[in-house]
Amino acid sequence: MAHDSAHTNQSATKRIWYVFMLLSVVTIVEVVLGIFKPAFLVQTDILYMHLLNWIFIILTVYKAYLITWAFMHMEGEKKGLRRSVVWTIVFLVCYLVFILLAEGVYIHDVFANGFVTWNF
Amino acid sequence: MEATVAQTGTEGKTWGGGNKPLGASYGKLMMWFFIASDALTFSAFLAAYGFSRFKFIDSWPIADEVFNHFPFLHGVDAPMYYVALMTFILIFSSVTMVLAVDAGHHMNKKKVTLYMFLTIIGGLVFVGSQAWEWKNFINGTYGAVETRGGQILQFVDTDHERVALADFAKALPQDRVEHQPSNGVWYDADKQTSASFTVEEITKGFEANPNILVRIQQLDENGKKIVLSREASLAKLKNDAVTTVEGANLTHNEYGPPLFADFFFFITGFHGFHVSMGIILNIIIFFNVLVGTYERRGSYEMVEKVGLYWHFVDLVWVFVFTFFYLV
Repeated sequence: MAHDSAHTNQSATKRIWYVFMLLSVVTIVEVVLGIFKPAFLVQTDILYMHLLNWIFIILTVYKAYLITWAFMHMEGEKKGLRRSVVWTIVFLVCYLVFILLAEGVYIHDVFANGFVTWNF
Repeated sequence: MEATVAQTGTEGKTWGGGNKPLGASYGKLMMWFFIASDALTFSAFLAAYGFSRFKFIDSWPIADEVFNHFPFLHGVDAPMYYVALMTFILIFSSVTMVLAVDAGHHMNKKKVTLYMFLTIIGGLVFVGSQAWEWKNFINGTYGAVETRGGQILQFVDTDHERVALADFAKALPQDRVEHQPSNGVWYDADKQTSASFTVEEITKGFEANPNILVRIQQLDENGKKIVLSREASLAKLKNDAVTTVEGANLTHNEYGPPLFADFFFFITGFHGFHVSMGIILNIIIFFNVLVGTYERRGSYEMVEKVGLYWHFVDLVWVFVFTFFYLV
């Protein structure tokens, strides 16, 4: 909010650069993991996915949190606004992802185990 | 008559009207709700991508092999670097945007102008980078052969390094007859007649080079594409191959399932469209800042609103980056 940060000029800019640094570090970690793909992370499976992919997704959600809270200034908004935006998205996206991925796994099983010729 | 302005006795109470429960201006609130609905659109695209990915979980293209170009490094295998650079460009333009918003809070016209300008430059560089990425994706690198069932056969040498079609295919003498419009252009609009090599030429060249093998789409247990033996390769090529595929379009691509290219074009295209719109909005606001519109209005909230949109575009790219290039 305009009047909140007006007298804390220095700290607002400082926080922006701090968040930029955090985002950069997380991105670099992702890129390094993506290039080297440590074997133990690829071979460990949790809930249908490699541990490495879970790490990527968690880091991505963390980056999304940083961008929304610091850059889009969600931390300074009222609780009502924050909840009406964030909870709606989180709930609907979780639902959508669950339905579509569960269906994708099912169709893969039909391809793999059903009497369907596809490799010709 | 005082019927039209009836007192309800609720003035000053919670439901009496006049208070702002969300503490945000109309414009900002609507921008937030637009962002929420747009976020659902993008999540639907990415979830649909996930659906196809899980459906073809053991034959999906490996992103590191598809996106491995870097400017000025021809033929060097550089996975991830370019897209990481693009990500940094976009994050940095987000930083300059939030700095512009912050400068707006202090009514500092000079700084807002500078940071808005940098943001626009960052956006333009990003869209340009995306165009280059598309160019590489559409042109392809190695070329492949497609089977009747739509499976892609790629070629590798004995060290399992990729080999381009041009490196081994034999040019055969043949009569290429120019297709006349009088013969009806629409009847064979699907036929890929412009490929550099025909399947016969590739098969001939394959027979002449004993150290070339066929690599199929399926992955082994280590997540590597399966390479067939020489005999199996030859049989596969002779019995199943029907067309040559070079690069990518919406119906065929040399990387794997057509869906992979479809989603790539659609999701990165839709995101690129958002970035382009953001650049246009930023330019409009930039000129408004220049002519002093917000200085006279006494508030730079407009910069804040367009900033929300710009950060959202960055936010979407963070997810696209993860699901297209990392996972």
